[in-house]
Amino acid sequence: MQDIVKVSHLSKHFGSLTAVNDLSFSVQPGNVYGFLGQNGAGKSTTIRMLLTLITPSDGDIELFGYSIKTHRKEMLRQIGAVIEKPDVYKYLSAYENLKLFAKLSGIKPNHTLLMNQLEMVGLANRANDVVKTFSQGMKQRLGIAIALVHNPPLIMLDEPTNGLDPQGIADIRNLILHLSREQKKTIIVSSHLLNEIEQIATRILIIDKGKKLVEDSAAALFDSTQTILQVHTTNNAEALEKLSQSTWANHLKPMRDGLLIFQLSQEQIPQLNIDLVQLGIELLSLQPRNSLEDYFLQITAGKQYVDTFTN
Amino acid sequence: MWTHLQIELYKIFKRPRTYLAFAAITALIGVIQLGLKVDGKEYTEFVMADFATSFSVDGNILNGYFICYVILQLLLVHVPLLIALIAADMISGEANMGTLRLLLTKPQSRTAILLAKFLAAVVYTLLLLIWIAIMGLLFSMLIFGTDDLFLMKSSYVVIVKESDVFWRYAGAFCFAALAMVTVAALGFFLSFFAENSIGPIVATMSVIVVCTILSTMNIPLFNTIKPFLFTSHMNNWKEFFDFKVNDANEAIIGTIQNPQKIIQSSCILFAHIVGFVGAAIILFRKKDILS
Repeated sequence: MQDIVKVSHLSKHFGSLTAVNDLSFSVQPGNVYGFLGQNGAGKSTTIRMLLTLITPSDGDIELFGYSIKTHRKEMLRQIGAVIEKPDVYKYLSAYENLKLFAKLSGIKPNHTLLMNQLEMVGLANRANDVVKTFSQGMKQRLGIAIALVHNPPLIMLDEPTNGLDPQGIADIRNLILHLSREQKKTIIVSSHLLNEIEQIATRILIIDKGKKLVEDSAAALFDSTQTILQVHTTNNAEALEKLSQSTWANHLKPMRDGLLIFQLSQEQIPQLNIDLVQLGIELLSLQPRNSLEDYFLQITAGKQYVDTFTN
Repeated sequence: MWTHLQIELYKIFKRPRTYLAFAAITALIGVIQLGLKVDGKEYTEFVMADFATSFSVDGNILNGYFICYVILQLLLVHVPLLIALIAADMISGEANMGTLRLLLTKPQSRTAILLAKFLAAVVYTLLLLIWIAIMGLLFSMLIFGTDDLFLMKSSYVVIVKESDVFWRYAGAFCFAALAMVTVAALGFFLSFFAENSIGPIVATMSVIVVCTILSTMNIPLFNTIKPFLFTSHMNNWKEFFDFKVNDANEAIIGTIQNPQKIIQSSCILFAHIVGFVGAAIILFRKKDILS
């Protein structure tokens, strides 16, 4: 299968600062490609280079098999993008903004198309309201409508949930899943929110200080044996003693903050629950920790943090 | 390019700020016309004081043509600010709003985007001058009537026949348009360097003020650069109102005393426009959009 995006040895220097350092990756059609990294890791710089907003210092970018240096306009015609805050013309209405950017995207928009786009992002009833009256979430949805109005096969979303409330985040997540599953779009989404990426990405690239740390399928990264479980009982010290003599002893890790820590697969959790009850341990809470978060912290700056959990 | 230009004009004329300039022009010209309508006689007596002993003037000095000349003299000094309000905001305003990055992710060349923006600023500038012409010339002709144009220069008096005036105004407005487009080009160029609107507007006006001072100071050090400063040429629209005279010192209808000066000034202004816009395009094509 041909790569839709192929990035080879990409670097960007701003004076003495290296924002992106010899980064290579590729994106296959139909994937939701999660681009994960801490703030300042180089995610936005990379996406801006893909969108030709920033000129790379070194390396090549190919989209749909063509170099972006020589086929810039043709490539951008196939991309829809939302870059961080969806800034649009605040003195224009949602409809006017969408129409204007549709024209700039190279299509001749008609009323039905524009209204359908606004309907898709839930803004049809606010089509004629000026954008300055919109909430952040509504602006974000309008930004997505603008990105999709010319029906591009590739969508790039840079921190699309920034500044949104929980409902707004859920709406964006559902929209991304809809675009991927129903419309078969290829989506590159960057975020520092692990939870968001974990829920939508089929493949994940983690970068730190501009360098690629790991790239793999989401399934491979969510290695279930890495699940960390925090258990709180009415008497944790007594529970630890009982468990040390049980079959769960091998899964026990040193206590942290007075809580029992287990490392086990997700499938083992129900059985542990049953055994705890049978051992006469009174449970107060049983909380799995996000495995990707632990993994992420482990391979980036927070390595020590996880070490203290698991060793 | 046409679609681009349409979009840029649509954006300009959807902003309330755009109409501020037209309202200001209307108010300023209205005030001048009102003042001269009410106290015009005193004004002409004051202006004519030096010539009163030498001349006896018949007819309507305070006619529409004269009023328009007064208006142009007073107004063209201030119009650059109104032009800078829009032109200096063309790029920096988009950067400030955050729309520049969205605009540049669309499948359009940066050069086309920039040229469309500049052309939209030019259209705005021309419309502003057309509005000044309508208000300053046509309305003044309606209110004050027409007659020969009587102009008092520093050491002489110019009387332009009524039948010989209108085309001179057409030429003067065309030249003024070129001068104002130069201001727009300067504002546009400075707009590239900022991510807020105020900075380039203030910078544009500062450059004009500094260059105007240099243009008017008679110091040898500055005299060598004076001919190359655009501000030295902006007021040469007045050249359209000086004509050639025959051996009997009578005006030759339809002539300009120094057309070469107008052509030379036009070329220098045009070179400035090309320079400012060309530099903006070259820099913009390489610019990293980080905001």
